[in-house]
Amino acid sequence: MDEEYDVIVLGTGLTECILSGLLSVEGKKVLHMDRNDYYGGDSASLNLTQLYRKFRPDKEVPTDLGRDRDYAVDLVPKFIIASGELTKILVHTDVTRYLEFKQIAGSFVYRDGKISKVPSTEMEAVRSPLMGLFEKRRAKKFFEFLQNWRDGDPATHQGLDLDRDSMKTVYEKFGLEPGTQDFIGHAMALYLDDDYITKPARPTYDRILLYTSSMARYGKSPYIYPLYGLGELPQSFARLSAIYGGTYMLDKPIDAIVTDADGKFVGVTSGGETVKAKQVIGDPSYFGAEAKDGGKVRVVEEGKVVRAICFLKHPIPGTEDSDSCQIIIPQNQVNRRNDIYIAMVSSTHNVCAKDIYVAIVSTIVETDKPELEIRPGLDLLGPIYDKFVDITPLYTPTSTGEADNIFITRSYDATSHFETVVEDVQDVWKRVTGTDLVLKKREVEVQG
Amino acid sequence: MSKQFQFKLVLLGESAVGKSSLVLRFVKDQFDDYRESTIGAAFLTQTVTLEDQTTVKFEIWDTAGQERYKSLAPMYYRNANCAVVVYDITQAASLEKARTWIRELQRQADPSIVIALCGNKLDLAARRQVSQEEAKKYADEEGLMWTETSAKTGEGVTEIFTAIAQKLPLTAPSANRAGAARAAPGARTGVDLNKQSGASGQQEACNC
Repeated sequence: MDEEYDVIVLGTGLTECILSGLLSVEGKKVLHMDRNDYYGGDSASLNLTQLYRKFRPDKEVPTDLGRDRDYAVDLVPKFIIASGELTKILVHTDVTRYLEFKQIAGSFVYRDGKISKVPSTEMEAVRSPLMGLFEKRRAKKFFEFLQNWRDGDPATHQGLDLDRDSMKTVYEKFGLEPGTQDFIGHAMALYLDDDYITKPARPTYDRILLYTSSMARYGKSPYIYPLYGLGELPQSFARLSAIYGGTYMLDKPIDAIVTDADGKFVGVTSGGETVKAKQVIGDPSYFGAEAKDGGKVRVVEEGKVVRAICFLKHPIPGTEDSDSCQIIIPQNQVNRRNDIYIAMVSSTHNVCAKDIYVAIVSTIVETDKPELEIRPGLDLLGPIYDKFVDITPLYTPTSTGEADNIFITRSYDATSHFETVVEDVQDVWKRVTGTDLVLKKREVEVQG
Repeated sequence: MSKQFQFKLVLLGESAVGKSSLVLRFVKDQFDDYRESTIGAAFLTQTVTLEDQTTVKFEIWDTAGQERYKSLAPMYYRNANCAVVVYDITQAASLEKARTWIRELQRQADPSIVIALCGNKLDLAARRQVSQEEAKKYADEEGLMWTETSAKTGEGVTEIFTAIAQKLPLTAPSANRAGAARAAPGARTGVDLNKQSGASGQQEACNC
């Protein structure tokens, strides 16, 4: 390890792996290390042995769950938005050749004690119990307004200004009921709380269009999911990096981040050896969140997320026996500030044994009893065969890293998709390279 | 109409035994004496036509150096139909390494995987450290195919890939199961991100 690198990357979570893949393609000499003996960091998918080692190190893996190797249990419940930013990166970098995707079968929303499908077609919308007849007409006018909006054509604006008028003003213009607003803001625009309502309507407009265009792409839901679990995503970008010369070392405990007298990054010490590089990128757990780092505060906790990984032996009741789904419980429905999410996948996605369903219930922690907070979600699942509860702090870096060449990524947040992960990738890329991330199609050597 | 099958083939073996050279010879019929460690090797494919006109397309995965520090991802072994485990006949230790990789394959890959053990650098037979008898005996015990090759001269290279093609189960591809053959081309059962990409200018056909 006496070579010098351009960049050392610590942690093989998706954010770090996308960055090392893109940096390697750009010709940077990258050394990528992880303290774990598996890829994925906090965004890994674990087999049963690894899952038990993480949550119940003193317990044996039960034998009635099937083969260990059939499992790839996600630690973070997220789906890929079909027309979203992650999809663009997957296509541009061509890592799609290492992956196979399936649709998530349905998207549901909780309302007045029961769950209903978020309509994916006009037919479903007409039949949907989410709105009454007159409300459906008002909603139709609202969606037509959004679809027809052209920035340069005031005739399509109906007197509204998306950049100035709040979403509240837009909702009121079309006379939408609070329940419909809940459904649009949370199940379609995918906001976790109601703060968006008083802000300008533009971002909400963008989010709704992203949702509807993603829905239109494959039909059943706006989400796609990689076979064998989300952990395949970081692996595919790690392979991209390796193909472009990136060096990979798993199972490497990091002893210290070495800095010079001015506090600037020098290298990383692992197993008594120090490897030098110009820059370091890493997830928060390598910079004070868990590691010792000379007492310097490099990351701060912004809040906590509670996630309960549940094994079921049946599909979730009320989801038309969907093999996979998302259920959103808007905060208003259960008197909370933040939505509760359920993400469910099954053997259709090669993440567990046949007839097992893996549901993750999650939300942002608001009280000192996080497990009670996810109760409304757990109650929708029916009998739970087994449950692993994880309460994870969300860390964010205290500085941009430009001064000391130490660039820290963010923890995986409570959103149900990867859009914020890509925002973080773009942000770190800009801090590290000084330029905006522009996706170039890489040259592909295709034979026969 | 002649049948077409597509299989995933993974390469394994210690660094510098000639994994990439072997593939380069097979796919492009080239050899480079001073080849650097694998950098930028794209996804390679090569088609073998059998006597009955059945064509077998190999989708070849190189380790991209991830074997060096024991950091090959599970994705690498996933759905591999066949593996070529390479050792260097002039380095006894490389056969030991090959045994380790074969154990890893038996643990991680689909049980139906076809494994070929391949002693490379036959052109350097004068410096041989691994006897044919020893390697063959081990291969027989483990039920592996075995041969010796020279990526440099090309000796034995096409033969081993053809032999693998003949040994693979050429039955009707059952969709989407580990170890099952995929009908070529493009018989993925899931969604194709490339094809329906809404973003501009990427209508390029996907070859995977």
